[in-house]
Amino acid sequence: MSTMLQVQGVSMRFGGLLAVADASFEVAEGSITGLIGPNGAGKTTLFAIVSGFQKPSSGQVLWRGEDITGRKPHLLARQGLSRTFQIVQPFAGLSVRENIAVGAFLRHKRRAEAIAVAERVAEQVGLTAELDKPAAALTVSGRKRVELGKALATGPRLLLLDEVLAGLNPSEVRDIVPVVRGIRDSGVTVLMIEHVMQAVMNLCDRVHVLAQGRIIANGTPAQVVANPAVVEAYLGHGAATRLAGRADA
Amino acid sequence: MTLRDAWPVLAFGLVAALLPAFVTAGTLLNFAIFTLILCLAAQGWNILGGYGGQYSFGHAAFFGTGAYCAGILQVRYGVNPYVTFLAGIALAAAVGAVIGFLSFRSGLRGSYFALVTLAFAEVFRVLANAVPFTGGAAGLLIPLDARPVNFQFGERGSFYLIVLALVVLALLLTRALERSRLGAQLVAVRENEEAARALGVDALRVKLAAITLSAGITGAAGGLYAQYFLYVDSTIAYGTWISVEALLAPIIGGAGTVFGPVVGAIVLHSLAEATRSLVGRIPGIDLVIYGIVLILVVRFPPRRLPALIRARWRR
Repeated sequence: MSTMLQVQGVSMRFGGLLAVADASFEVAEGSITGLIGPNGAGKTTLFAIVSGFQKPSSGQVLWRGEDITGRKPHLLARQGLSRTFQIVQPFAGLSVRENIAVGAFLRHKRRAEAIAVAERVAEQVGLTAELDKPAAALTVSGRKRVELGKALATGPRLLLLDEVLAGLNPSEVRDIVPVVRGIRDSGVTVLMIEHVMQAVMNLCDRVHVLAQGRIIANGTPAQVVANPAVVEAYLGHGAATRLAGRADA
Repeated sequence: MTLRDAWPVLAFGLVAALLPAFVTAGTLLNFAIFTLILCLAAQGWNILGGYGGQYSFGHAAFFGTGAYCAGILQVRYGVNPYVTFLAGIALAAAVGAVIGFLSFRSGLRGSYFALVTLAFAEVFRVLANAVPFTGGAAGLLIPLDARPVNFQFGERGSFYLIVLALVVLALLLTRALERSRLGAQLVAVRENEEAARALGVDALRVKLAAITLSAGITGAAGGLYAQYFLYVDSTIAYGTWISVEALLAPIIGGAGTVFGPVVGAIVLHSLAEATRSLVGRIPGIDLVIYGIVLILVVRFPPRRLPALIRARWRR
């Protein structure tokens, strides 16, 4: 598998705060790659950098070997890199169909084609029944699907998902996991930030762990959750030994 | 755009075109022409403000440019009025593109954008009032010579039909925009600019296209105004009154809809005329009543009207 996206030594400084510190990782083409880490680890900042919304203080982002650091979001979308937002950003006054069609217009000039693509994507993410509803009228789960549908309608090669499962109940998570897998199976590489470990374990081929702006571990989901450094990043210093001690006792 | 998309506009045009056949009273036609010119100015504002969500408070800059361009080229250089009219549209559009480039590139949005457009219009007004080239404070008088070749007509009916044709053209243009990629992207920028950019929308380019189109249409209204009243000065052309007219009509009638500005302009001006003719005796009282009714209309907007039209004419 070839490398689709490479993040090399990226740092992001906001005044005195180093939000991302020398982070490097890769996303293989055709994979579902996870980016996990405790709150405030810098995941969303890293996403903003990769998708062109922010320019890193230092470091590089490579797209199939080409330097795309700081390139504008709309140009990246044209190249095939699309993102969703953690806080969903629907076009509130528009219907679900029109919301998704905005994404579809990127590669289809004619309205009829864009609408047709939007309806196809809506089916893929399970929104066919809500096509005529205003986006603002949907449930949280529905809005997450709209967010997914809009990004998917741009015809991406790489899809960046920022916590699409956050705020969903377990049955909604169960419903959306196959949707994400279906997207990958249709040939779109996925990089996802996720907190819902059940989904990460289920979906990801490879996981990178970010804590306090640094990549502290990577590997398969099973390797990563067994890594003491990861356990400590989530639960605090010494947690790994205490847990191990209790298991022994 | 298909006939199915266009028929309500065409129907409106046909019905409105019958007016001169039934009405010959000068004052009423006068009123109709003035209202239609404002419809055009308002439709220009509607494209940028209603569809694009960029609330300009200075559409006078475009109206005035269209008016002055038509007047100056005729009076000073003897250019044919039809040519000066088109030149006015082009120049107004260019002014729109420049103002748009300067303000959108620096990321001005919301009230900041409104203030900057207001400032531009005011600068234009002060300049037009000061330099002799524009006729200064005395204004610019276009010589009366009522021949069709001069874009002047002996009877008002012909001018009414020309203005109406341009309004219908602007409505069709708006409808076509609504159905186009540019229109969809413009509405997306209005609803959420960040999200639109993430979906590959070049927000700067889209907003520039909108303000250029918007300015051109409002500039056409200015050109018609000059051609009809044959007089331009800085308070008419670049005055705040037209900026307010241009934004009030769409907001009252339904911003971001094809017929909103038309409905708004007609309601506003019928209201103004009615109060003026009903209580003519105490000077100024008509404006007081007009102001009160305006407050009520803004507070309780007649949204149901455009909403009803929209519901019937969705797809």
